[in-house]
Amino acid sequence: MAEDLAGSITERDEFIVTKGKNKKQLKCDTDSSAGCVSQRACVYCGARVVLNPITDAIHLVHGPIGCATYTWDIRGSLSSGAELYRNSFSTDLKEQDIIFGGAKKLAAAIDGLVEKYQAKLVFVYSTCIVGVIGDDLEAICSAASRRHNIEVIPVESSGFIGNKSAGYRAAGDALLRLIKPSESAVIEKNNSINYLGDFNLAGEAWIIQNYLRQMGVELNVTFTGDSHYTALKSAPKAKLNIIQCAGSMIYLAGKMEELYQIPYIQISFLGIEDTAASLRNIAAALGEESMIAKAEELIAKETARVENIIKGYRAKLEGKKAAIFVGGGFKAISLIKQFREIGIDVVMIGTQTGRKEEYEIMNELVDDGTVILDDANPAELEKFMMEKGANLLVGGVKERPLAYKLGIAFIDHNHDRKHPLSGFEGAINFAEEVYSTVCSPVWKSLNALGMESGVVNHG
Amino acid sequence: MAEKNKENVHFRNVNENPCNMCMPMGGILALKGIEQSMVIVHGSQGCSTYMRRHIAEHFNEPVDVGSSSLNEKGTIYGGEKNLRQALDNIRKVYHPALIGIVTTCLAETIGEDIERITGQYLIDKEMEEFPIVTASTPGYGGSHFEGYFFTLKRILMQLTEAVEKNNKINIIIPNISPADIREIKRMLALMQIEYVLYPDFSDTLDRPFAKPYTKMSNGGTKITDIRSMGGAVATIQMGITIEDGISPGKYLEEEFGIPLYNIAIPMGVESTDAFINTLVEITGKNVPESIKQERGRLLDGMIDSHKYNFQGRSVIFGEPEMVYAVTKICVENGVFPAVVATGSQIGKFNQLVTAAVADCLEQSKILIETDFSHILAASKEGKVNIGIGPSDGRYLTEKGDIPLVRLGFPIHDRVGGQRLLSVGYTGTMMLLDRITNTLLENKYKSYRSSMYEKFYQQG
Repeated sequence: MAEDLAGSITERDEFIVTKGKNKKQLKCDTDSSAGCVSQRACVYCGARVVLNPITDAIHLVHGPIGCATYTWDIRGSLSSGAELYRNSFSTDLKEQDIIFGGAKKLAAAIDGLVEKYQAKLVFVYSTCIVGVIGDDLEAICSAASRRHNIEVIPVESSGFIGNKSAGYRAAGDALLRLIKPSESAVIEKNNSINYLGDFNLAGEAWIIQNYLRQMGVELNVTFTGDSHYTALKSAPKAKLNIIQCAGSMIYLAGKMEELYQIPYIQISFLGIEDTAASLRNIAAALGEESMIAKAEELIAKETARVENIIKGYRAKLEGKKAAIFVGGGFKAISLIKQFREIGIDVVMIGTQTGRKEEYEIMNELVDDGTVILDDANPAELEKFMMEKGANLLVGGVKERPLAYKLGIAFIDHNHDRKHPLSGFEGAINFAEEVYSTVCSPVWKSLNALGMESGVVNHG
Repeated sequence: MAEKNKENVHFRNVNENPCNMCMPMGGILALKGIEQSMVIVHGSQGCSTYMRRHIAEHFNEPVDVGSSSLNEKGTIYGGEKNLRQALDNIRKVYHPALIGIVTTCLAETIGEDIERITGQYLIDKEMEEFPIVTASTPGYGGSHFEGYFFTLKRILMQLTEAVEKNNKINIIIPNISPADIREIKRMLALMQIEYVLYPDFSDTLDRPFAKPYTKMSNGGTKITDIRSMGGAVATIQMGITIEDGISPGKYLEEEFGIPLYNIAIPMGVESTDAFINTLVEITGKNVPESIKQERGRLLDGMIDSHKYNFQGRSVIFGEPEMVYAVTKICVENGVFPAVVATGSQIGKFNQLVTAAVADCLEQSKILIETDFSHILAASKEGKVNIGIGPSDGRYLTEKGDIPLVRLGFPIHDRVGGQRLLSVGYTGTMMLLDRITNTLLENKYKSYRSSMYEKFYQQG
């Protein structure tokens, strides 16, 4: 054979560092290399993840059927009201539409859906081929908007225009259009805050809202968990934005600061340490004495309760090693601290779409020898988990079977989970889940010699 | 009539909750059944990731699929560079014996000539003997069902040769569970039949836990066997609903003169008899006593359950081939198939199902190229009390209170989709029990209250 097929993929070298070993800067936030079996999805995915939790919107995918099929009601975002967001609508483009264009079909689809569901808000997601066949989404949407006197917002999410992060930006642009007040409107500011980057998975945004309420903080609207048209429209009134999932929301937060003079702070409600720090930071940013006092009261009470429960798990988990591969940077950073709370060290950490600043923080937090990698693939996950002797992996649906096939425990930290991992409540669930998988009796069966031992226990 | 017209217009423009996946998905599944093969999806990164996720969640197996990760540049100037890089990297990491390339909407719309690109690649690398198979599978060209069979046909077109006659029978397998494939192999072994089973993902997508983990799993149809399929005595294709244009068996018949026996999936007495009788017809072998016993037990069980089954009014949905097979089981057992639905567009489906339900007292509603919104409406109208199909049917449970017997692909909200056994006499009995017991469970759940409400009057 004419070439060397041994070893790893050279173009991936720059995306992997070992702390303490090499001084090079980790490369991140760029397109995936072909054939590397990236775990990332596409621009459309990024946009859909961010916008889909808006409960009373019609989410219409303009494209062939697959994009809508693979994203139908697969997320665990909960609603306290409308259920419309749990449908996946598609213009289901066929060969003739590709040839003659899908504009008419899209217009008719919007008309049909608006008439049937009486929605005030429609998001029209662009897919790969729409970007190529040249349907003028902007014109079709604005005509439909005038026709029905509602908001019909195009989302520029053609799959090939970038990676998942580009989708977050596309969603951010769509949200900015939605919240933009009319020319004549005067924004009346109030004392409330917006909460950006919580998708109310398993009720997580509700848990956080309860904490804020106990502190006397008024939550204006969450982007986008359990949000709806009217609430989102009021977003410019808020005094402060708090951002959790920065990867998806920092662009929007920056724009809102520029357009509506709303400052933002970054927070995270994963783990006891970060939850407590976040509540303190919110109270401090709002600057009211009573809020600060109430925050301290809440933190003291809840921390004592949670620590008491998780110390039992900690005793069993002390000294275990974790590997982390999640979507965004904020989650990865919090997980390092959260694992520390239950006595576990992180030996490998990576994300699909982490940013440079986030990787720098990770690098500071982890021990020497920890592997840090961006946009990892299954071969790399396997290699480093085995090399570093990881006892468990944190990841999503695609990573789970790999961990199990390697005989390694697994934590679901993705959008379709059915239990909350946020706040003090989530810290308990997390410790419980880690214990349930790391200390499961099934691993004993795997390590038994079985048939090879030749020993029969006749009791 | 006016109402009907409205429904049709509505249907054409928008798909509300899809009942099918896209063409490359079928291509991946087919290629996963070839030994030591890897798949590259030529398109943007998301396609491969979404499909991997969908497959991994059903089979609970690592599903590594490459992508050419087309970006903006590749879309404008062509994706050759990306595809070549993908081939390089996949070979480096996985060392496959065969690479299958399936295309996407994007690659087809920008007019990628993958045969030329891969041909040139092999020449440049001086490895012209290496099998790269290509299939043009744009998402708008059909559903995953057509993609599956078309890819199987394309593999034959590129690998199968005119060889000396052998004694083997080609068995072409549709998208059934790994457990089903193993059951068919067991029956063939009992009948002492020599065969090539194509494709065979019974091990590749359901592999035993073993240390150490290997990136490529064992099993799959051998490439040498595929090459020699041109010398078989006959082809038995479990694909009665598929059209000639995408039929692998038809191709073998036309190209190599191999007699084609196109049969339904051997589910139910009649269809399993047809499979066994076809084997007897081709080989002249006797049916072993043990298979006759299995058949007898099935008949015995059918009698035991027939009055319970008569209470059933079913909605059957999913891939055409599976839906047809299940319709036959329902009709054989007195479960009335009130709604028979598929998201695929298959010309023969209507005619075949119409014939299968001809003896029923009522008219079945047959839906082709449909979506779950229409399936739900028809199910309510048809007073359906049991659903049979993939787990997306949970929508029918949630919105229409219809209990669901999960069958087919994908099953995402329960474990064990890969282990569901439903073919042959024994598998049919197991499926029928699942159907009967679901009907019984529901009856026991409600009969006290429903009788009370219906008849009890205060004296």
